[in-house]
Amino acid sequence: MNIIACVKQVPDTEAQIKVKADGSGIEDGQIKWVMNPYDEYGVEEALRLKEKNGGEVTIVSVGPARAMETIRTALAMGADKGVHVSDPALDNADAYVTASALAAVIKGMPYDIILCGQRAIDDDSGQVGPMLAELLGIPQLTLVTKLEFTGSSVKVIRPIEGAQLSIETALPCVVTAQKGLNEPRYASLPGIMKAKKKPVDVKNAAALGISTDAKTKVAKTIPPPARPPGKIICGDEPAQKAAEVARLLREEAKVI
Amino acid sequence: MAKGVWIIAEQRDGALRKISFELASAARKLADQLGDEVGAILLGSGVENLAAQLGKYGVDKVFVGDSPALEPYITEAHAAAAAKIIKENSPAIVLLGASVQGKDLAARLAGKLATGLATDCTDVKIADGKLVAIRPMYAGKCFGEVVTSASPQMASLRPNVFAMAENAKAAAVTKFDPAIDAASIKSKVLEVQKDTSGKVDLTEANVIVAGGRGMKGPEGFQILEELAEVLKGCVGASRAAVDAGWKLQKDQVGQTGKVVSPNLYIACGISGAIQHLAGMSSSKYIVAINKDAEAPIFTKADYGVVDDLFKVVPELTSACKKLVG
Ligand SMILES: Cc1cc2nc3c(=O)[nH]c(=O)nc-3n(C[C@H](O)[C@H](O)[C@H](O)COP(=O)(O)OP(=O)(O)OC[C@H]3O[C@@H](n4cnc5c(N)ncnc54)[C@H](O)[C@@H]3O)c2cc1C
Ligand SMILES: Nc1ncnc2c1ncn2[C@@H]1O[C@H](COP(=O)(O)O)[C@@H](O)[C@H]1O
Repeated sequence: MNIIACVKQVPDTEAQIKVKADGSGIEDGQIKWVMNPYDEYGVEEALRLKEKNGGEVTIVSVGPARAMETIRTALAMGADKGVHVSDPALDNADAYVTASALAAVIKGMPYDIILCGQRAIDDDSGQVGPMLAELLGIPQLTLVTKLEFTGSSVKVIRPIEGAQLSIETALPCVVTAQKGLNEPRYASLPGIMKAKKKPVDVKNAAALGISTDAKTKVAKTIPPPARPPGKIICGDEPAQKAAEVARLLREEAKVI
Repeated sequence: MAKGVWIIAEQRDGALRKISFELASAARKLADQLGDEVGAILLGSGVENLAAQLGKYGVDKVFVGDSPALEPYITEAHAAAAAKIIKENSPAIVLLGASVQGKDLAARLAGKLATGLATDCTDVKIADGKLVAIRPMYAGKCFGEVVTSASPQMASLRPNVFAMAENAKAAAVTKFDPAIDAASIKSKVLEVQKDTSGKVDLTEANVIVAGGRGMKGPEGFQILEELAEVLKGCVGASRAAVDAGWKLQKDQVGQTGKVVSPNLYIACGISGAIQHLAGMSSSKYIVAINKDAEAPIFTKADYGVVDDLFKVVPELTSACKKLVG
């Protein structure tokens, strides 16, 4: 099986995000960078597919030079090789440009299944997987919590509001992973050593022949709206405090 | 010239979902500012009769694509049908719901139309005749004002955030041939397993009572169920409670769970880790019950109670029962 996992390097979930004074973006000097948590589920699933069915796992990432660390992390988990698309022309890439770059890379290699995260926790956009599937002309299965390979197709479980769908799709296809799919492994020490020698092909945008003109622009970045300061409810007895909360919810907030 | 504000209505099992009316109401406001019409795409099998309901919330024209191939929802079929009617009419703006189905369709469709999309928006406005979509980024640690240069400008709107506003319009129905090529459909729904609890999904709930590690075990959640029952709400959980096996993954709120926007979120025995706040900070009112006065959840709470939740929650249930009857 030829399995591809797309990974993005993002700020750690604990990172403080500070908006630049002129609203042109965020201050990214102090940030600790990690693999997008949803991509960890994707890489783990890719490795499990390979362990069960044989084949090769290729990691593809679009991002600046530091994104190489994230590719190495995936290789240390057990992936075989990587492709790193790195080009300053892609600094303002939106979902469409990123998906175009991934599609251009992937078109040039054999693939049966492509795993993505359901969304990247920096832009929180959740678009790249489906756009990639569209650009490759193959089906997509998003927000998957269970995946089973049958030989020529995959069967997945996909929770929706108030129900769970079981869907079958012909290969090749794009699957986007969410929590519940698996428990991602940690990279072992020997894994980390081996990863250093695994091949990573570095490409620029020109080599892919794609347009780098973004369709969307974040015209302004703003801090989140401030919440009015809350009230701590005082009282001697739990019953008294509870009654006061109920009263406020009814009379002040008018939500019950 | 691209003209008109369109929505893609969402229906399931022959009924429109609430998000469709939220979309229609939001689209009406934008269209009134632009002096344009609101169009709605309605896809499914035997769904024409739903069109009138959209009119009630301000839709002028409904484009109905009716075909057995559109039921149940399959991405490729719905994206193909929506792309066809959009290309024929060139609306300036297309809005979808940021529901599971809406997000799946929106991104595929934006890819097909080679345009831009702003996901999970909490506000939309018009500036210089263009859509400006306002959306949380970095799990709500900042917001972005997104402008799409390509056409149509697409956005998906977070459920439960946009108010439904009645505003009756004609909802003139135009049927179109979705022209779905059966050979292009590679996916098949094998089974639909419905949740039999009768509760709405957390993303659509008006009231959520959530519990964390402080609930001590699965039995602890019983008192939250009782409070939720009185408030006609749902029970959610922190990741700690889900990973401990006390609640299901579908109940998890936060960065790796669901993003929710209820009118009221009551956090019980939840410390308020940044990844939890990521999922619930757009709630309209937040109540925190925690015995640790320093717990970060209190920085987000409108009303905080520092006390033992096992004492406070049952009292809150009876106090609410008295008020709501
Ligand atoms: C990549 C990543 C993604 C994550 N995603 C999520 C996510 O989606 N959702 C999420 O929730 N977390 C997520 N987390 C985990 C998060 O960091 C926290 O570990 C988690 O939210 C803690 O859950 P908790 O508040 O229930 O538990 P704790 O932090 O242990 O807090 C328990 C609280 O209960 C209080 N308490 C205990 N007993 C009582 C009592 N009798 N009465 C009143 N109060 C009491 C304590 O004072 C304490 O504040 C994620 C973490 C990472 C690294
Ligand atoms: N720059 C990138 N390089 C590789 N994969 C990406 C990149 N951006 C997004 N992806 C993939 O697409 C998923 C969804 O990202 P997004 O649409 O940005 O929320 C991620 O979880 C990744 O699997």
